[in-house]
Amino acid sequence: MMRLYKRSQPSKFWIYAAPLLAVVLTFLSGLLLFALVGVSVPDAVYAFFVEPLSDRYALAELGVKAAPLIMIGVALSVGFRAGVWNIGAEGQLIVGAIAGSAVALKFYEVDAIWVLPLMCAAGVAGGMFWAAIPALLRSVTNASEILTSLMLTYVAALLLSYMVHGPMRDPDGFNFPESRLFHDAATLPLLLDGTRLHVGFAAALIIVLVVWIFMSRTMAGFSLLVAGAAPRAGVFAGFGKHRAVWFSLLFAGGVAGLAGLFEVAGPIGQLLPGISPGYGFSAIIVAFVGRLHPVGAMFAGLLLAWSYLGGEAAQISLNLPVAVTNVFQGLLLFYLLAADVLILYRFTPEVVTPASGSLNTDTVS
Amino acid sequence: MSNKPVQSLQPLLSLKGISKSFPGCLANDSIDLDIQQNEIHALLGQNGAGKSTLVKIMYGLLQPDKGEMTWQGNPLTVRSPAHARRLGIAMVFQHFSLFDSLTVLENIKLGLVGSDNHQSSRQLREEVLSLSERYGLPLAPDKHTYTLSVGEKQRIEILRCLLQSPQLLIMDEPTSVLTPQEVDALFVTLRNLRDDGVAILYISHKLQEIRSLCDRATILRNGVKVAVADPTKESATSLARLMIGDSADREFTDSQPSQSLTGTTLKVRNLSLWPNNNFAINLHDINFDVVPGEILGIAGVAGNGQDELMQVLSGETPVDRDVLQLNFNVCADAELSVSKSITKKIGHLKPGARRKLGLGVIPEERLGQATVPSMSLAENTLLTGFRRLPLAPGGWIKKRRLRNFTGQLLENYNVVYGDLNDAVTSLSGGNLQKLIVGREIEQQPSVLIVSQPTWGVDAGAAAQIRHKLREMAADGVAVLVISQDLDELLEVSTHIMAICAGRTSRVYPSAELDAATIGILMGGDTIESTHKVDAAPVLDGDHDASV
Repeated sequence: MMRLYKRSQPSKFWIYAAPLLAVVLTFLSGLLLFALVGVSVPDAVYAFFVEPLSDRYALAELGVKAAPLIMIGVALSVGFRAGVWNIGAEGQLIVGAIAGSAVALKFYEVDAIWVLPLMCAAGVAGGMFWAAIPALLRSVTNASEILTSLMLTYVAALLLSYMVHGPMRDPDGFNFPESRLFHDAATLPLLLDGTRLHVGFAAALIIVLVVWIFMSRTMAGFSLLVAGAAPRAGVFAGFGKHRAVWFSLLFAGGVAGLAGLFEVAGPIGQLLPGISPGYGFSAIIVAFVGRLHPVGAMFAGLLLAWSYLGGEAAQISLNLPVAVTNVFQGLLLFYLLAADVLILYRFTPEVVTPASGSLNTDTVS
Repeated sequence: MSNKPVQSLQPLLSLKGISKSFPGCLANDSIDLDIQQNEIHALLGQNGAGKSTLVKIMYGLLQPDKGEMTWQGNPLTVRSPAHARRLGIAMVFQHFSLFDSLTVLENIKLGLVGSDNHQSSRQLREEVLSLSERYGLPLAPDKHTYTLSVGEKQRIEILRCLLQSPQLLIMDEPTSVLTPQEVDALFVTLRNLRDDGVAILYISHKLQEIRSLCDRATILRNGVKVAVADPTKESATSLARLMIGDSADREFTDSQPSQSLTGTTLKVRNLSLWPNNNFAINLHDINFDVVPGEILGIAGVAGNGQDELMQVLSGETPVDRDVLQLNFNVCADAELSVSKSITKKIGHLKPGARRKLGLGVIPEERLGQATVPSMSLAENTLLTGFRRLPLAPGGWIKKRRLRNFTGQLLENYNVVYGDLNDAVTSLSGGNLQKLIVGREIEQQPSVLIVSQPTWGVDAGAAAQIRHKLREMAADGVAVLVISQDLDELLEVSTHIMAICAGRTSRVYPSAELDAATIGILMGGDTIESTHKVDAAPVLDGDHDASV
């Protein structure tokens, strides 16, 4: 039998090794899963893991998927370190996309350079507004932001549905629940010709850098860390009771809104009933796999983007259901949480007491 | 009237030479204790005196390192709480273990599962009702626990114990969560139990309660049994002296520095506070000044409003702006001794703004309030240090400057540490407090507020910290020390006042007080009526506390 013993201090090795162990275990479980459902394992490995990285276009697609995951994952990690549990980034993404789309449609066919920046501002404002609701509820009524932000996600989804069926529906669209396709001045510039990789990916990398500097070099970032690690010490040091709540939610909301705007103004090009395959939720996994560190979240975002693409490829070439993506993401989070035990605990074989274990000859006398 | 214990009888439980040490502290040092049948026996001592450890040994939660116990004359080893219950030792803890969503009866039943008497619900209900009637513990068996008051929840715990027909009932600080009315009811119950032959070990540091309830008292101080007394024959003062210790070995430093002309005075005016919290103490019309060069000590038994006062002073609980004032005395012309004074009202300011004005605070809670446990020594220096030191100008943390400063700080204050990046939890209690004290002092505050400066700190570090406080005062800083350690207050303070139930006494020069007199003040009485002090002019003009 093995026993868990608490370490005297957290293991530095396992802080970084735990996510890698989780990735390996996820991969192995994936292989087992493929074998169990009767898919040829080499084919599945190729489709799921290799195809998404096979050529320039595929790599660009990785960037397209990774951009929102990295942006939101990094922004959420700020809040998670401050002890603010924003689970509603998906809703903030949706409202940001609606707000940005409203600008695009309002200035439809206005060919001006300010249209896109204005859309971005609207996207940020929309996401912030949606995140401000849980922040207000938390700071005034002490309502858990976990519940309120999550519930607002479903409100946002219904709002989007209403918008594309009603006010923002394409007048020439044969009643399909879609907006007009955005005109050129309202779509994001591309980074690589012939692909869909847009400036949003560059924006994601900039956010990684900015957050990294913010959290490690500024008093404002430090005060968030204190609020998360010891709230009472934060109040004692004068960092304010609600500042961390407001900042974390508004920042993540704004970034999620911007990511939503990038989706509709980038790869999608219009407002649709389904604009996000759960980026806002997957970003939570990104934040934790990335150890709540911006650079870690960047790599984790690429990893999760890989799983989205692999799932799509497996769907096309192997006829596997799209749920395989969710299964992989779920496995990854599951193994990560399990592997994290090793940071604070170590496994040791249970010592049999001399009284009960007469066969045990090597007990210390 | 009451059944006085008969000393010649064989004690129910007897402890001989019980010792228990933990890393770095001897919690119980060769303690003897006899508990007779038919008595309410008080175990009295300050926080950290070793009461809890001793009780945990009796209840089987800890095993003693040395010493023997006998139960009705037979040698006894209590292996576990379950074993203790089988023997007839029951305990009511300070924190209840009840399920809020279950009813009273269900909670009681849950506590009995696994024990010998398997009864039907109806039998149990009848037994509970008869017990609750007999001992004055009214309870509705079908009420849900979340609807009950704290006192009612405690009755469930007591009933649980009584169902096992214990011979010894241990009560750990039972009144700390009760209202005065509930305390009265509890005492009636305990006296009834005593008269029915149940021995009760009553743990408390509340002197009045012990005097009115208990037949005998064993007093612990710093892990040692200092006395066995009859509390009905002792005064609160004499019990306090036993509990706190005599101040015979106090070092007199009468050559206090004269009050400097310049500096900052902290004024507290008409501070009343009704915290929105059932367990907090209300503060009533508190007024005092702390002038430059003075160390004002506030004495009091824990839980008499010190925490609430501390939070108001630090800014964690903001109050009206007029309540707290800083009076800056700037020397305008040194030769003519003309000084100019500026008063700034700070009651509404947050902790950060107060720090910038020169108000340094060292709270009681070292881990989690004064420091962030998971953060490094350097980061914890930054925590409050950045307000008055150039560690993060414009909000940008200067990492190298912070490291250099922290290293210097730790060296100056003789802190034993491994690495600046180590978590602050790697420091021992004394070293941690030296870091905190140093962090505040190096910011050169003009007013310094300290709570329990040397609680749990080893003697060397404690002496060093007290020395620092006196140095600060000599430099013209106004220092306020809140402490439960009377020896400490008498040693460092120039003036002393007491706090009791959220009210403060007048301020007295500490040279005119001794531990006994402070004991009276801590009990909420005035000493003018009982003491000769009223003949002397107790206060100079700066110290009129009853403005």
